[in-house]
Amino acid sequence: MTPLLELTGVSRRFGALTAVDDVHLAVPAGARHALIGPNGAGKSTLFKLVAGSMPVSAGTVALDGEDVTGVSEPGRARRGVAQTLQHSSLFLTQSVAQNVLLAAQRRHGSRTSLVPRRQRAARERVAELLTDVGLADRSDVPVASLSHGERRQLEVAVALACEPRLLLLDEPAAGMSPAESRRLVDLLRALPGEVTVVIVEHDLDVVFALATSVTVLHLGAVLLTGTPDQVRASPAVQDAYLGAGREALFTDTAGGGRRAGGA
Amino acid sequence: MTATEKTIAVADPVTGPTGGRRSGGVLRLLPAVVVLVLLALVPFVVDPFGTSTLSRVLVFALFACSLDLLVGITGLPSLGHAAYFGVGAYTAGLVSIHVTAEAPVPVLAGMVAGGLAAATTGWLAVRNNGVFFLMLTLAIGELVFQLAQSASSVTGGSNGLFGIPAVRIAGEPLTLPGYVYWYVLAVAALGFAGLWTISRSPVGAVLRGIRDNEPRMRSVGYSPFRYKLAAFVLAGAFAGLAGGLFAAQVRLVTPSEVGFELGALALLAVILGGAGSLWGPVLGAAVVVLVRDGLGPSLDGHGPLVLGIVFVLAVYLLPRGFAGLAGFGRLTARTARR
Repeated sequence: MTPLLELTGVSRRFGALTAVDDVHLAVPAGARHALIGPNGAGKSTLFKLVAGSMPVSAGTVALDGEDVTGVSEPGRARRGVAQTLQHSSLFLTQSVAQNVLLAAQRRHGSRTSLVPRRQRAARERVAELLTDVGLADRSDVPVASLSHGERRQLEVAVALACEPRLLLLDEPAAGMSPAESRRLVDLLRALPGEVTVVIVEHDLDVVFALATSVTVLHLGAVLLTGTPDQVRASPAVQDAYLGAGREALFTDTAGGGRRAGGA
Repeated sequence: MTATEKTIAVADPVTGPTGGRRSGGVLRLLPAVVVLVLLALVPFVVDPFGTSTLSRVLVFALFACSLDLLVGITGLPSLGHAAYFGVGAYTAGLVSIHVTAEAPVPVLAGMVAGGLAAATTGWLAVRNNGVFFLMLTLAIGELVFQLAQSASSVTGGSNGLFGIPAVRIAGEPLTLPGYVYWYVLAVAALGFAGLWTISRSPVGAVLRGIRDNEPRMRSVGYSPFRYKLAAFVLAGAFAGLAGGLFAAQVRLVTPSEVGFELGALALLAVILGGAGSLWGPVLGAAVVVLVRDGLGPSLDGHGPLVLGIVFVLAVYLLPRGFAGLAGFGRLTARTARR
C-alpha cells in the first residue's frame, strides 16, 4: 500500500544552515503521526515543505503516490492537504462563521459565483464544525475578539473545513488551557479514520494520547521513528529531546549519552 | 433609532448575517429604494446646473465604488485606476461618434473596453503587492495617459475627443440635463447594484479573505492570483462603465480623464468614505466633486486646498471614513440592546 505522505531525502537549506536534512518519512493513510523534537529541530520547516509554502532544496514530497514536489501550495491544498499554523493565522476582520465558510465553500461549490448564494450545504458544514470545536455559540463574533485558545480551536475548524486527507497540525495545543487541550484531543481522536493526521506538539501528553507513531527530529534529521513506547524508551531520544545530556555536563561519564544522541 | 438601524443595515454589505433570510433581504433593500426614488425626483426640484453637478457626482461615485472593489475589498490600492475610466470614456465616445449613440451600446462598449484593458495590464500588476502594486498601477496609468495624448488621430490628443453626440433612446436624443441625469442615474444604479452583488457573493468573500490574510487563503486552497486578477478586471470594467457614462454626460473626453489626478481623487474618495464598504466611497465621491466643482470656482481655484484639509481632518477624526461612523453607530446600538 502506498503511504499517504512520503518524503524522500527532503532537505531545506537556508544558506549554510540546513534546517531539514535528508528526511525520509512514510506516513500510511489513516495514521496519527507525531513529529517531536527540541526547538529548532526543523519541525515547522518540514511542515512548510509538506504543505508547499516553502520549496524543498532537495528531495521529493509524494502524496498518495503522486509526486507533488512541484505543485503549488493551493494545488496541494486542493489535493487534500490542510494545515493549522503555529501562530494563529485567520481572517481577523471577519466573523468566526465566515472564517470557516471561506474554507468550506471551496469544497461545497459556488466559490466562483459572482452573485450571493445561500450556500446551504457549506453553512451546515460550518455549523457542524463549529459545534465540534466548541465555538457554536461564538459563530457571529469577530475573530479579533476571540481569546487565544478560541483562535486555536477556530484554526482547527478552518483546517477541517477543507475536508483534508492529510491534516498538518503545528502545535495546535500551544497556549491552550488543560481543559481546552483535552477537548482538542477528543476532537482529533474523533476524526474519521481516513483522515491522516501529522501533528507537531510540545505537549507530550497530547502526543502520547493521540499518536500511533512518532518521529523524533533533531537538528533537522530524523533521529528515530517508532511507536510511542519505543520512543519513550529510547535513550537517544531522552538524550536529545528530554535533555538527559545536560546531566552529563555535571558528571564524570564524559557525555556518553551525547555521543549516542549525535549518532 | 429604527431609522439609523435601517441605514446601517444596507450600509454594511460586508458583514451581513450568515443566513439567507429573504424578508430581511427585502427590508435591507428598502433604504436603497428610498434613496433611489429621492434621487430620481431631483430634476423636479433642483436647477439644471445642480442636476448636472449631481450627474457628475454619480459618475464619479460609480468610479470610486469600482476602485473600492480593488482597494477596500481586495486590499490592492491602485493609483492608476483612472486609466480604465479613461479607456471606457474614449471607447464610449468613439462608439457614439462612429457607430451608434443608441442608449446602452456606448456605455456597454466602455465597460467591455475597461475590462479588457484591465485584463491585459492587470495580468502584470496583480503579481505584486503593496508598494510595488501601487507603483505598477501608477506606471500603467501614466502609460495610458501618454497614449491618450499622443494618439491624436484617434483620441484628439490634448484637445480631447469632442463632438460626441447625445445619447439616444429609441432614436430620440437626450439633450435636456434632466433626461441625461435620469440616464446616468439608471446606469449608475445598475452599476452599484452589480458591485454590491459581487461584494456579497462567494467571490467577494474570497477577495476579503485575500485582503485579510493572503497566505492563509493559499493554504486553504485558493490561488490568490486568479481572484485578484478577476477583481482587477471587474473593477476595470465598472470603471469603464463609469467612463462611458462620463462621455455620455459631458460629451467631451480629454486626457485628464485618464490622468493621475482623477485616479488620486478617486482614491481620496474611497479613503474619505471608508474603504471596503462600497456605500462610503459614494459619499466620499460626493464630497470630492462638490468641493472641487461646487466650492472650487468660488475659492479662486483653491478647491484642492479645501480637499486637502478635508482629507487631513478625515484621517484624524474618521480613521475608517464615513463608513466607520455607521459602524460606530451599530456598535453603540448593539451595546444598548444588551
